Amino acid sequence: MELTRRDAVAALSALGLGGTLAGCVAPPGSEPVDTDRLRETLVAAAAVVYPSEVSGIEPFVAAFLEGRLADPTHVAGLEEAVAELDGNARVWYDAEFAALSVADREQVLRNVGADDADEDPSGMASERVRYYVVNDLLLALYASPTGGELVGLENPQGHAGGIGTYQRGPNA
Amino acid sequence: MSWDRAPAGSAESGADDDADRTPVANADVCVIGAGPAGGIVADRLAEAGREVVILEAGPRFDPDDRLARQERAIRPAYDRPDVWDGDPERDAYESTGERPYPLNHARARGVGGSTLHWQGMVMRLHEDDFDSASVRGVGADWPIDYADLRPYYAAAERELGVAGAADNPFAPPREHPHPMPAFPPSYSDSLFAAACDELEIAMHSVPNARNSEGYDGRSACVGYGTCQPVCPSGAKYDATVHVERAERKGATVIDRAPVQRLVHGPDAIEAAVYATPDGDRHRQSADAFVIACGGVETPRLLLLSESSHYPDGLANSSGLVGRYFMDHLFAGTGGVLDEPTRQNHVGFLTSESHQFYDEADAEQAPFKLEFFNYDGPSPVELALTGDDWGDDLLARLRSDYGTHIGMGGLVEQLPREDSYVGLDPSTTDDHGNPVPEIHWSVGDRVLETIERVNEIQERILDELGAEITWQVGPEGTGPAYHHMGTTRMGDDPTASVVGPDLRTHDLENCWIASSSVFPTGGAMNPTLTIAALALKAADHVLETELPIR
Repeated sequence: MELTRRDAVAALSALGLGGTLAGCVAPPGSEPVDTDRLRETLVAAAAVVYPSEVSGIEPFVAAFLEGRLADPTHVAGLEEAVAELDGNARVWYDAEFAALSVADREQVLRNVGADDADEDPSGMASERVRYYVVNDLLLALYASPTGGELVGLENPQGHAGGIGTYQRGPNA
Repeated sequence: MSWDRAPAGSAESGADDDADRTPVANADVCVIGAGPAGGIVADRLAEAGREVVILEAGPRFDPDDRLARQERAIRPAYDRPDVWDGDPERDAYESTGERPYPLNHARARGVGGSTLHWQGMVMRLHEDDFDSASVRGVGADWPIDYADLRPYYAAAERELGVAGAADNPFAPPREHPHPMPAFPPSYSDSLFAAACDELEIAMHSVPNARNSEGYDGRSACVGYGTCQPVCPSGAKYDATVHVERAERKGATVIDRAPVQRLVHGPDAIEAAVYATPDGDRHRQSADAFVIACGGVETPRLLLLSESSHYPDGLANSSGLVGRYFMDHLFAGTGGVLDEPTRQNHVGFLTSESHQFYDEADAEQAPFKLEFFNYDGPSPVELALTGDDWGDDLLARLRSDYGTHIGMGGLVEQLPREDSYVGLDPSTTDDHGNPVPEIHWSVGDRVLETIERVNEIQERILDELGAEITWQVGPEGTGPAYHHMGTTRMGDDPTASVVGPDLRTHDLENCWIASSSVFPTGGAMNPTLTIAALALKAADHVLETELPIR
C-alpha cells in the first residue's frame, strides 16, 4: 500500500503542522541544522518500523519532517536522538545509521533500547529515540488514511476524515 | 510554506505575561470562572449593557495550538491533565473518601473550563429528577420544576448548538426541534439495534453539543476522533464561544487571576481579591458577584472566605457549603464479536437508551445506557506502545482492532452529607491556600443499580453473540467527572445554600451558576442543565436592582 501526498498532508495536519509541502524551510534557530542527515536517518528508521507492505516512504517521511522542522525545540530533540543512533552505529558497525542494512539499523535501535522504552521527549536516550524517531514515525503513519486502512480503519484518530466512514459497514 | 502551529511539546498557554490584569473600574458584575456557566452569564449581562469582568484562575489558550494538544492526547508521553496544561502545584488536592477521586482528570482550568475537554452530551433532566424525594422517596426535591427550567433548556440548546432528534420517547416534553439534526447512527449502532429489537429495548439518538452542520460561525464536525479531550475543529461547543462573545459585547476577561478570597460584610460581597502572575494581589469591586467555578472550586472559595461574620465559610449559615458532593457513576460491559464492528472512527456517541430511566424509586437509581462508537483500542495509540514495530506491530494492530463492541451507562448517586468538598489545611496550593479535600462517598443504591445496569448490558451483548471481555461493575466503578451538589439549591435557608433564584441565602449580591447548586443529579450529563441555570441566574441578576452595596 503506497503512502501518498494525501497521507503526508493528513499526517502533518494530525500533528498540528499545517502546510503546503512546497519548498524547504529551515528552522528559525541560529544554529544550522543538517536537515539531510535528519531526513536520511528518519527514512532509514522508517524502513525498520514501517510494515513491509508500505511503499512511498521517502517522500512521505521527507514531507513529515519538513513540518517538524518548524519547531526548534523538536528539532533539537531530534538531532540528539539522531546523534545517539549514529553514535551507536559507529561503535558497532563503523558507519552512520542511515548507511547500515535494514537488519543492522534494527539492531542499533534495539542497542539503544528504543524497542522497549516508553517515549519521553526529556527522558533517557532510549526514551528520546523512542519519542523523536520511532514513535514520531509511527504516529505519522497510523494517523494517516493509508496507515489507518492497513488496520481496517479509514478514518484513524487524529485524521479529519469526515463523518461518513463511521456510518458505513465493512462491505460498503 | 506556512507552518503556523506548534508540535505537542511546544504548545503553550498563549497567556500573555504582560497583559493588563488590573481591576476594571466601575464594574457592575464580577463573574468568577470562565467555563460554560460563567461565560453564558457574562454574555447575557454584557448583552444587557452591564459592565462585566470575568476572573479566571487558568490561562487563555491559543486556538492555534489545538492540533498540538490533540497530539498530546494521542501520545503516551502526555498524561490527560497535560493536554490542557494542568499544573500539579496550582491544581493540588487531597482525596480522602472511601473511593479515590481523580480530580485533575475530571477538569480543565482556563478560559473555556471543563468544556475544553468534555464529551459534549447534552440531555435535559427528566421531570421526576426535580422531585426525587416526592416521587422516588429518596434524595431531595428541587425548589423548581422541569416546567420552570423548560424555556431555559430550549434557550440553552440554541446557545450551545445542539444536534438532536425527537426520536426519544422517554425524554421530557419539548416545544421546538433541536437547533441541528442529530448525527446519524453508526454502523455498530445497527448491530446493537438488532439485539435490542429482540429484547424490546428502545434505542434513540443522542443530543450532542457538536455541530452536525455549520452553526454559529463554527464548522460541522470533521471527524478528528479526539473529542474528549480536545476538538481541533471547534465543532464541539466549548465555553470560549460565550466568553469571546461576552468580550465582543464589552466584557473584560482577566486570565491567570485566581481569586483568593471574597471580601464581604454581613450582607454583601464587596470585592474579589485575586492574584496575578507577577505576584501582585488586586481587589476587584463590583455591585454583584456570580460564582461559577464548578462543583469543587465554588465551595472551596466560599470556605476560604471565612470571616467573623461567617466563621464556617462565606454564605454558609446552613453549614452545607461543600456538602452533598455528587457525581454520576459509570457502569460498562464490552466484548468482541466475530465480525468487524467499525469502532474509533469518531469520538462521540450516536445512540443511547433512556428506557429504564423513569423506573427509578427508592431502591433503584435512574440510569441511562450508552452504545459506544469507540470501544477497544485506537490503532494509532496502540501503535505507540509495545516493544514491536514493522510487520509484527501491524499484525498486533490487526489482531487487537476491529471486533470490539461495548456499552456504558451513567447512574445517579444520591446526595449524602458525608460526601463533601472541604479544605485540607495540611496541604497548600501555589498561593499558600489550603487545597480542596474531596471526600467522595456514594452509598448502596447506586452500587446496586450498577449491578442492574450490568445485567441489561450482558443481556444485550449475549443477544449480539459477543464474547464479554470486560465489565465495570460496583467494585470497579468510577466517576463520570460531573461535579455536583456542593452549594445546593432550596427554599429553606437552613437546608440549602442558594434559593431558587440562584442567589445565596446569606448574601444579597452573590449568585452561584454551577452544577454545585443541583440538589440531586439525575443520571443525565449535567452541562445543558448548567447552561439553563446560568441563563436563569443571569435573568435574576438583571431583575435585581443594583447597586446594592
